[in-house]
Amino acid sequence: MTSAQVEIQLIASIVAIACAIPGTFLVLRKMAMISDAISHSILPGIVVGFFLTEDLNSPWLILLAALTGVITVFLVEYIQKTGLVKEDTAIGLVFPALFSIGVILIAKNANDIHLDIDAVLLGELAFAPFDRLVVNGIDLGPKSLWVIGTILVLTLGLLFIFFKELKLSTFDKGLATSLGFSPVLLHYGLMSVASVTTVGAFDAVGAVLVVALMIAPPAMAYLLTNDLKKMLALAAFFGVLGALGGYWLAHGLDASIAGSMTSVLGVLFLIVYLFAPDKGLLSVMYRQRRQKIEVHLLTFLLHLQNHEEASERHVKHLNEHINWQTVRSKSVLELALKNNMITISDDIISLTAKGKEFTKEAINYIMTNKSAAIEEMKDRFFLFRG
Amino acid sequence: MREDCAIAVDDLTVAYNYKPVLWDIDLAIPEGVLMAIVGPNGAGKSTLIKSILDIIKPIAGSVRIFGKPYKQQHKEVAYVPQKGSVDWDFPTTALDVVMMGTYGSLGWIKRPRQKQRKLALEALEKVGMLEFKSRQISQLSGGQQQRIFLARALVQNASIYLMDEPFQGVDATTEKAIINILKELRKAGKTVIVVHHDLQTVPEYFDWVTFLNVKKIATGPVKDIFNDDNLTKTYGINYKVSVQQ
Amino acid sequence: MTIREYIELVFSDYTLRTITLGTAILGAVCGMLGSFAVLRKQSLLGDAISHAALPGIAIAFLITGAKNGNTLLIGALISGLVGTFWIRGIIKKTQLKSDTALGLILSLFFGFGMLLLTFIQKMPNANQAGLDKYLFGQAATLVEADVWLMGIVMTISVLVLFAFWKELKLLLFDVDYAKSLGINTIFLDILITSFIVLAIVIGLQTVGVVLMSAMLLAPAAAARQWTNSLGIMVLLAAIFGAFSGVLGTAVSASSNNLSTGPVIVLIAAIFVVFSFIFSPGRGLLFKEIRYWKNRNDLQLFKTLAFMQNIAKTHEDISHPHAIKILNNFQGYTKRSLKKLESREYITVAGGMWAMTQKGFDKATNLYNQQENTYD
Repeated sequence: MTSAQVEIQLIASIVAIACAIPGTFLVLRKMAMISDAISHSILPGIVVGFFLTEDLNSPWLILLAALTGVITVFLVEYIQKTGLVKEDTAIGLVFPALFSIGVILIAKNANDIHLDIDAVLLGELAFAPFDRLVVNGIDLGPKSLWVIGTILVLTLGLLFIFFKELKLSTFDKGLATSLGFSPVLLHYGLMSVASVTTVGAFDAVGAVLVVALMIAPPAMAYLLTNDLKKMLALAAFFGVLGALGGYWLAHGLDASIAGSMTSVLGVLFLIVYLFAPDKGLLSVMYRQRRQKIEVHLLTFLLHLQNHEEASERHVKHLNEHINWQTVRSKSVLELALKNNMITISDDIISLTAKGKEFTKEAINYIMTNKSAAIEEMKDRFFLFRG
Repeated sequence: MREDCAIAVDDLTVAYNYKPVLWDIDLAIPEGVLMAIVGPNGAGKSTLIKSILDIIKPIAGSVRIFGKPYKQQHKEVAYVPQKGSVDWDFPTTALDVVMMGTYGSLGWIKRPRQKQRKLALEALEKVGMLEFKSRQISQLSGGQQQRIFLARALVQNASIYLMDEPFQGVDATTEKAIINILKELRKAGKTVIVVHHDLQTVPEYFDWVTFLNVKKIATGPVKDIFNDDNLTKTYGINYKVSVQQ
Repeated sequence: MTIREYIELVFSDYTLRTITLGTAILGAVCGMLGSFAVLRKQSLLGDAISHAALPGIAIAFLITGAKNGNTLLIGALISGLVGTFWIRGIIKKTQLKSDTALGLILSLFFGFGMLLLTFIQKMPNANQAGLDKYLFGQAATLVEADVWLMGIVMTISVLVLFAFWKELKLLLFDVDYAKSLGINTIFLDILITSFIVLAIVIGLQTVGVVLMSAMLLAPAAAARQWTNSLGIMVLLAAIFGAFSGVLGTAVSASSNNLSTGPVIVLIAAIFVVFSFIFSPGRGLLFKEIRYWKNRNDLQLFKTLAFMQNIAKTHEDISHPHAIKILNNFQGYTKRSLKKLESREYITVAGGMWAMTQKGFDKATNLYNQQENTYD
């Protein structure tokens, strides 16, 4: 590996971690689309900042552009508060308008601004190592590494200081307020961090990848854990994995780095989405299938308990009255038999003592809304699951 | 099959996310009653109404309206959903909402015409809302919105009326007005079923009652079954109401 | 170029006429269908779909190797629909919320599309201009066939809206009630969603991926402010959309270097801002004026009530009192006195004022009236 390659991977990894932290909170607060809005609407800020500083890595430009991001959030919330349009429409109105202003500003000043919109959207990570920070003739490394590194350190610092407050205000806004934490302050703090990170990262990886890095890794982490700390760590891990994997994919294919990183994130998400142990698609479908049979079993047992008459307890009744197709009633019947809940004689079904006890407990739990207790009870009674 | 019943529910079980909300319900609602469905929160009252209307598919059991499945009978049934279930900032007027009651009988492509408009205006008058016919629906009070929903159901001129908490968040005048209309409907031989919260008013308003808490606890004439025993069974705690009969 | 010259040019110049007609139709279609997206609270779905269309365009290009507009559109349509239904799948089957699902599909699909584009750029027959226009839109590349396609899509959309008008209205307003009337809401849902996807896809080459969603939302959001009828809202949205399209094309055509997308979007945004502020009934200005008026009236009535208390002390309510008694009362100003006089609640003569019967009644009814307005 050349040193430029190492530097690119380092920058990409740091960007990934810096994005994962605010991203986790955005995903948990159901505000993921705000990152999309910010990533687009910082454009006019960047253009004006570039006018003034002529340096994409200038801290003033970053602050100015980040301010545009915060203004976006403010505008969106202002429009939402007027009640003139629905919540998400406000987002969809504000960022395209600001982005358009940015694009037009660039086009109108094409001679003065050497700013390529494609680069803003897609980034040019491959060039990042060439723009170096030189102080007193000493080469201190790529400028963007310093920029994003500083942002990461600041983000981490804020995360450690305000972890408790952030956690509380994310999961229980009411409690946070009553304890004296201002949700508004935390909210705008988070938005400011997200904006600064977006601006710091766009130069390296482009606006679209910033959105991917802010949403996809936390979304994956969310499917794997319910613990906030673990979620943050996992999100950072997936971000870095996507960044490094994407870099080598781009290297191998000789293709766009940002595109490759997003694609690797996409594949990673697909894997997690399908195979996550508890909340992945396959696991959910498997569990739903089992629950479906089991809820039919419950229904069936209760029906037996409710009806003394033989006609209501005839095997045929399952199909005719309860309205089940033959296949389903057969599997329910088998499950009930296997678990010693019922006996069948002359096609008439009767509950066993165990079946009666199970049904009684189940009714009790459902009527008192203790659904968790039912799962626990199933573990106690069932020899075989559905 | 109980063909004589307005609504016959047989072994009905409904589950949300595979957790039973209604469990093996058998219910025979005779024609011409004014019935309350009572039960604690989460007892499945709205779910029962929605499964009768074929909005929610049950995992077991069946519902018959005058002996036939809902699909063939939807013209016989009018529905008043919970007020909170719709977006009241929707761009439409009171009259327009009431006209929606005629859509079911119109079929595809056909537009409501003068006849439908007249029906809607009559219904608005019946609920005392004629002067508000051109109001945007967000500019109506909670009670007025509920009256609009009732008018929309009246326009359907159905045999069965299913209402989900029509007294939720309405003023006393509106409550009186609504119950008077419901009693008129019963007098005209219609079957009216209401999800109801205020136990105190059950004997005054209704002649039939169903106690529901996931399972059916009891169903029958108010004077026979509206007692502390059934209330305790339904609400779990030792329940006492001062029944003013 | 003056406006007059431009208009003359539109009628004489074939290319300009094609482009203007194209953007007008596109704006109308987007405004119409966008109304449904806005009212269904699916505003951001448009953004996700337009981004999700990119890999479809790229794959269609890679497979056919040509930049035939229609094959690219079919690619975009397929990948847009895949994205839409995947978003729904994620929301339904996992605990991820709709915003996360939208953002995921949007960024991941788009990134994958970018990856594919780099391969296309390496192909010998790559016509970069042909694909670049999908990012920001280039109305100048519209040809007659495109306009025909847009016209067909618009005709079908209008026919569908006509045929299913009342059913769609019920779907938007009250789904459960629609189901209780025996209306097939699943079919209607897929129908309207597919048409929204279709509108986005045909707009991509004119407005571009990034700004397509605004084309859908802005005219509808503006139209909503002017009417309380769904039909008029859809019609107005179509008109606003068409105007944004035409004006945007005119501005971008008359100056160098401007993509059509951003200009159209900015003009649509001006429609929105104008509507938000100036619409009677809902507009912010109107609300502010009403607020001030209520506040002033309140002050005035307080003064009137105070005066009534004084007038009550005398047997004859129209007995004159000195104006300077009022100086102790906070709400009193010379202007409010004049206003009360102009409304004939009081009469003023010299340094004295006297209450009229009308003013006395008004003050008596004040509290009852306020109760009425709150009902």
